Amino acid sequence: MSLVFAGACSHGPGITGRADRADRALRDSLYESFDRLRRAIEESKPDALIIIGAEHFANFFMDNMPAICMGMANSYTGPIEDEQWLGIKHAQVPGNEALSEQLIRSIMRDIDLSYAQEWKFDHGIMVPLHFLTPEYDLPVIPVNINCQGPPLIPLDRCYEFGRALRRACDERPERIAIIGTGGISHWPATPDSGRINEPWDREFLDHFVNNRREKLISYTDEQTYINAGQGGFEIRTYIAIAGATEGSTGEIWFYAPIPIFSVGCTIATMNVE
Amino acid sequence: MSLYYVQKLLYLINREPHTRKRLDTDFDVLVSEYDLTTEEISALREVDVGMLYIMGVNGQILMHYAAHRGYEWNDYIATLRRALKEHGPVRAGLYATIWD
Repeated sequence: MSLVFAGACSHGPGITGRADRADRALRDSLYESFDRLRRAIEESKPDALIIIGAEHFANFFMDNMPAICMGMANSYTGPIEDEQWLGIKHAQVPGNEALSEQLIRSIMRDIDLSYAQEWKFDHGIMVPLHFLTPEYDLPVIPVNINCQGPPLIPLDRCYEFGRALRRACDERPERIAIIGTGGISHWPATPDSGRINEPWDREFLDHFVNNRREKLISYTDEQTYINAGQGGFEIRTYIAIAGATEGSTGEIWFYAPIPIFSVGCTIATMNVE
Repeated sequence: MSLYYVQKLLYLINREPHTRKRLDTDFDVLVSEYDLTTEEISALREVDVGMLYIMGVNGQILMHYAAHRGYEWNDYIATLRRALKEHGPVRAGLYATIWD
């Protein structure tokens, strides 16, 4: 049946772990948008959810850092973080090894890709799942784009990965949803944590929902680091979603800087045509 | 300075309960398995998150380690800010070497 849904969301650990310290109205509005995203995914009746994340040294380290890696297992676990700190209990998350393998084989025709048969999710995937599949009853296929340890994959390759992923999904009979999850501008886990460059975020999101490929891939890591912090490298996850929905536009359902969550919190969807 | 190995050990502490337990029960043997300087071993022994940051440990690794060692979020951020004032800028790694 192919790709049936595409969207993007934030994953900052503060969203669940420091929920009680945020402006209540803003937090509740964000949570409502997460819930709207959950309903939209459910209404698309997916057989599996591919979540393109930017993990934070939970599974991949500089001894063997894949530029892009896709999970290929029947189950995953998470979070690696302390339950109380993150506000999410440890859980087992179902996967779909056979579907992963088919997708990986297909994507490899266009893009070199690593795979992992063991994966411990960190907040980068567990926070979105906490809201989007709270019962952990939908098979998940994780994808990681290295956004933490430079050198990082060029942005045009992220877009190409998204294209390859879309083609691979469209070859399958299963109904597949995809979510990209990353921060936009943010300086996570540093003394500048809480700093958010809202104009930069809004410009990037405008390029994203209008799927302006040339604009999206024109950012340099140097510019991004200066204007959007280390966390800005995670725009790669959004760009992959744009590649998977090439030719389509989207809609921002929520955007607001929430400093205690360390990020401009975002919920967006892209049309799947 | 062997930032790579400090980060490698912290990465394993963050993801492996067994390695985390060894921090408390088998510290000397654990750190001897990595190519670490005296200063790095001292920072690990003292859970000196601020100094680890100054040494260049990536915040995405340090944040998880600090949480496992009981740091509350505001204390964690305040510790990093205090370390910057006390010890000067980050010496190595992402925050020191990229387009600074």
